[in-house]
Amino acid sequence: MIRRLFIANRGEIALRVIRTAKAMGITTVLGVSSADAASLPALMADETVLLGPGPSSQSYLDIDKVVAAMVSAKCDAVHPGYGFLSENAAFARAVADAGIRFVGPDIKTLEGMGDKLAARALALEAGLPVLPGGEAATRGAVHARAAEIGYPLLLKAVAGGGGKGMRRVDRAEDLDTVLDMAQAEAQAAFGNSAVYVERFVAKGRHVEVQLLGDGKAAIHLGTRDCSIQRRFQKLVEEAPAPAMPAEARAGIENAAVRLAQHIGYRGAGTAEFLVDATDFSFYFLELNARIQVEHPVTEAITGVDLVEQQLLVAAGKSLTLTQAMVRPVGHAIEVRINAEDPDADFCPAPGRVARAAWPAGRGIRVDTHIAAGGEVPPFYDSLLGKLIVHGATREEAVARLQSALASIRIEGVPTTAGLHARIAADPRFAAGGVDTGFLTGLAS
Amino acid sequence: MNEDLPLTAEDIAEIAAIIEASPYRELDLSTRRFRLRLARGDGAEAGLTQEWQWAGSGPEAAVAEAEHAADPDTIAAPLPGTFYHAPQPGAPPFVAVGDAVGPETVVGIVETMKLMNPVHAGRAGTVAEVIVPNATMVAKGQPLIRLA
Repeated sequence: MIRRLFIANRGEIALRVIRTAKAMGITTVLGVSSADAASLPALMADETVLLGPGPSSQSYLDIDKVVAAMVSAKCDAVHPGYGFLSENAAFARAVADAGIRFVGPDIKTLEGMGDKLAARALALEAGLPVLPGGEAATRGAVHARAAEIGYPLLLKAVAGGGGKGMRRVDRAEDLDTVLDMAQAEAQAAFGNSAVYVERFVAKGRHVEVQLLGDGKAAIHLGTRDCSIQRRFQKLVEEAPAPAMPAEARAGIENAAVRLAQHIGYRGAGTAEFLVDATDFSFYFLELNARIQVEHPVTEAITGVDLVEQQLLVAAGKSLTLTQAMVRPVGHAIEVRINAEDPDADFCPAPGRVARAAWPAGRGIRVDTHIAAGGEVPPFYDSLLGKLIVHGATREEAVARLQSALASIRIEGVPTTAGLHARIAADPRFAAGGVDTGFLTGLAS
Repeated sequence: MNEDLPLTAEDIAEIAAIIEASPYRELDLSTRRFRLRLARGDGAEAGLTQEWQWAGSGPEAAVAEAEHAADPDTIAAPLPGTFYHAPQPGAPPFVAVGDAVGPETVVGIVETMKLMNPVHAGRAGTVAEVIVPNATMVAKGQPLIRLA
């Protein structure tokens, strides 16, 4: 049993975890930076502990401070959310050393999967296909890899996730400059500047599989398609992956389960794949050993509370769900409403939200930490909230999305809502199955 | 510190359905802790919206956003964030006093919301002064570097 849960995160995911924990009768303790001390999650948590000043390196990313906070609050478990320390093996080890349960996979899984190169190797062992590329520890090695696989290519952070430290390189003469940027970004986001090289696939779809495991059994909760991305960050996610033959979907789902079983995966995780938009061949990209931002679309179609499953498994329970019990219904779409300026190349735009009128109604869920007067500090990501719509069919979900986006009113900071309205109105999106180049081709 | 969360997403959807099927335009609910306004949207296409206000929630003192007059001799921060002189800790700075720069020269990085944004000189010149120390929070438009 978990009695006192520390939440080592902020924003909408902190609030999301608090909601389920409370429903399960668990007391919640939220670690906050001074910039978040008056945030909505801070208000909703049963208790808060101040971690430090605004910059994440001195608060949410400071392992010593975060562990000291959960020890002083006498918590028996910690939920790390996504980002920050959620996939940090050193953090998980420090938590375990303090005698506290980590709501996530085993430390060895975090070590294997947090290092994206080691993850590639494990996937190969489990018989999953991967993209050409690999390790490049030095500048010379990066050049050698680049020469070997050709351009365009992708530089990816070894400790990566969320598109941080990921950059596309189109020409050999740009490689050095882009490498500097990617390493700096990786250093800032993960405290590790190492990058590796992978072939860039032009007509690719990003399809992922939600996994649940208890260390022995592993099941999947279907696919999500997250092909609509900008700067390698997802903007729109839907479940299940549309416009794809059932057998192609099943092939990806089974590969994901094979990997989860191979590594004895425990908790909620997501296997990400790059799928060729034309012939549906697929390549393993990475396994995210945490809850994903886009988990609500899976919850919408399966009716499973993924955070509850995480907490149950972390408390030592076996999975009570079996594959046969997971029966997805309908179609769900999530859009990320970010504080970004559409007139300035979607530059992040911190500030205070004067008014926040979020959509409401049948088949609509909004996960947000932003209400009127809410502050978007400059220290963290730009996510204001997620709008999730569910319909009996994809057509119904798209129509519901259009209507919801027509009613949303966020004032005080610019948002991506208008961009989402254009996406939702695009005939290619309505048809389903767009590739990762969709946004570049979207008329402004 | 407080009781359970007042309303779930399912609760909101149910109330919204009741309003939609009713002749009413909106529901305005105020308690000691929060105020919730569920209302029909403005446009014909639009559905209902939910607006929350929470007692006790609100910003700490926000980062001071000083107004900075545009000075053609300085390179200003393109956005708020943390200004860095070098691409990574320990690396040499992008530019030093006395360096000649062109409009496209990268003179620093502003990290905002975990993204590294290069700062370009914007015009040709010579670096006369690096005004802002490394790893300092800057406001949008704040002068970072003076050119001669």
